Amino acid sequence: MDVLLEASGLAKAYGARRAVDGVSFQVRAGQTLGLIGPNGAGKSTTVGMLCGLLVPDAGSVRVRGEPVGPGASEAKRRIGLVPQDLALYDDLPAFENLMLFGALYGVPRALRRERATRVLGQINLQDRARDRPSTFSGGMKRRLNIGAALMHAPELLVLDEPTVGVDPQSRNAIFEILERLRDDGCALVYTSHYMEEVERLADQVVVIDGGKVLADDTPLGLQRRLPSQAALRVELVGEPEPALLEGLRAMPGVTAVRLDGLTLDIGLQDAHDALPVMGWLERAGCSVLGFATARTRLEDIFLHLTGRSLRD
Amino acid sequence: MTAFLALVRKDLILFLHDRRALLVSLALPIIIASFFGFLFGGGEKGASAIEIALVLQDGSKAGAGIAAGLKADPSLAVAQMSLDEARTAVRTGKRKAAIVIPAGFGEAAGEALFGAGAKPEIGLLYDPSQPAVLSMVKGMLTQQVMQVVSSEMFGGPGGREVNERSLHALEAQPQDADTVALRGVLESVIKYQALPPKEGDAGARKAGLTMPFTTRDEGLSGKSDDGPQGYNAFAHSFAGMGVQFILFMGIEMGTSLLHARRSGVWSRLLAAPVSLSTLLLARAASSALIAFAILCVIFAFAVLVFKVHIASLPGFFGIALCFALVTASFGVLIAAFGKTPEAARGLALFATLMMVMLGGAWLPSFLFPAWLQQAALAVPTKWAIDGLDAVTWRGMDLAAVLPAMGAQLGFALLFAALAVWRFRKMEG
Repeated sequence: MDVLLEASGLAKAYGARRAVDGVSFQVRAGQTLGLIGPNGAGKSTTVGMLCGLLVPDAGSVRVRGEPVGPGASEAKRRIGLVPQDLALYDDLPAFENLMLFGALYGVPRALRRERATRVLGQINLQDRARDRPSTFSGGMKRRLNIGAALMHAPELLVLDEPTVGVDPQSRNAIFEILERLRDDGCALVYTSHYMEEVERLADQVVVIDGGKVLADDTPLGLQRRLPSQAALRVELVGEPEPALLEGLRAMPGVTAVRLDGLTLDIGLQDAHDALPVMGWLERAGCSVLGFATARTRLEDIFLHLTGRSLRD
Repeated sequence: MTAFLALVRKDLILFLHDRRALLVSLALPIIIASFFGFLFGGGEKGASAIEIALVLQDGSKAGAGIAAGLKADPSLAVAQMSLDEARTAVRTGKRKAAIVIPAGFGEAAGEALFGAGAKPEIGLLYDPSQPAVLSMVKGMLTQQVMQVVSSEMFGGPGGREVNERSLHALEAQPQDADTVALRGVLESVIKYQALPPKEGDAGARKAGLTMPFTTRDEGLSGKSDDGPQGYNAFAHSFAGMGVQFILFMGIEMGTSLLHARRSGVWSRLLAAPVSLSTLLLARAASSALIAFAILCVIFAFAVLVFKVHIASLPGFFGIALCFALVTASFGVLIAAFGKTPEAARGLALFATLMMVMLGGAWLPSFLFPAWLQQAALAVPTKWAIDGLDAVTWRGMDLAAVLPAMGAQLGFALLFAALAVWRFRKMEG
């Protein structure tokens, strides 16, 4: 796949604080990249530079080889920004909001009306075209916020936490919109604190912290960086012998064993290792009340990479 | 150009959708300007009479003559009453002043006229909130007293007695040069009083001192022989209030930009492929269009309802356009230097009120001290109001208001340059 966006050695400092320090990554056409990091990691500053809102102290952003910069940069026409704040005119009807953003990106007048109608359909607001956003629910405003970025049919959509403060139904509706866009070949850069959202959408994940890229990989590749790819939780009838725990730790495929009361948490290299472990426990005469398996989540990887200490 | 027009269109739609903004920008200046117009005599041909009380305690002919003269003066609305009633009327603001003519005033004034007796006092009660009225009433009273008392002294029987008493009193004094001269005057007056009336003047009173001149009042304005009118107080009040409320609209446009920055809309606009200059120019253009339209609408009302005459349409549109540009650049300046919408609005309101006051929107600027009148040249509102006055009731043409237009354009350029410099610094 061809490279759509290329961020190279981006750096930005505010006084003595280096918010972004040598961030580089690529987004290929049709790819969905999840940009994750704790608060203050440098995500928003990176997004600002990707969209030409901030001028990097060093490095560059190119879209299809064209540099992105402030002002009337042509490369901006290929990018649609969905900011975290609701960047809408509350007293301007939804249709007019869309028409305005279409015009800002140079969509011809004749095409603008058609696009606005189509986008309203895409975001399920066709019945509210003449209404003002001030009368909308939070979820509807979020959808219109996305719609404004779709008016010029961008090749790349940059979404900065687009589901903040919405209910599960609205979040799901937003996800369906984004999945349709992804399926239609639109590349997405998605930043979020909700790991399950990134897990659901992204086929490439960049973990950023302290202004630096800690990891840039596929979700599966990231998972492989952890010693445990899956987990097995076993509820025991009675307290096990220490020898049982030693025997478990020595088993192939077992990466960690932790006992908490009568709950036994066993880390596994792969989910397929769960069955032999259960057989071994039975043969060892261990009475089991119940058990459950789980795959390692992106959140585990995120915490593994960025640590558990609070950032704000 | 597409983006520029779309941004201007957006501002116009938002303005027209905001009923509060429309009310503040259109209805309020019309209402307040109409009120001020009436207040400054716009609805009347002449000035209204000053309401005063008269307490007449003197039973002499002179006292009655003074009372009659005051009542006949069209500048005064005189109501005769007791002293207590007069005090209450002035204290409660029902009458602006009261004249108290004490008992024996006529005789005492006659004796004092030639310096022989003590000067009697006329009481003047006045409302301290309206000190200007005191001077006006004093002037009118002086005219009446001099006319009536001197007439009595020169022609009335009481006057002859007083003059003879005064002559005897002078004869008893040391005969220096002044006393001798005054005796001569009194002897001449007594001789004049003794002359028989002229044929046809039987029974007529001899004339006393009168004002040795009259005035011919001519208000200089744009009135021409074929013109519809001259000075119209509504023309000035609509200029003043129009300028004031249009600047208020400019403040709203400026603070709405600060709101956009706070809400993230401004960043969203900058993420589009448009330059900062386009965004600022579009905002300035929409503000200027709105300001120009408001001024035209409120003056259209003044023309239709209060018969304000616009002597030069090109001059009016020129001044209106230049002031619209001042308003637009003022709004962008507020957005450039304001930290928060709330703080910026407070400061901008203060600046606007100072500018419109110095510009003469509330009070005629001739009431200001000389240094303040000079300082007023440094505010754009002064040029706008003077320009609008010039092309309305002063009857001047486009050429005459070119300096006012130039001064406003200068202010607009200065404000815009400062705003652009500041924005570039911030966004860079």
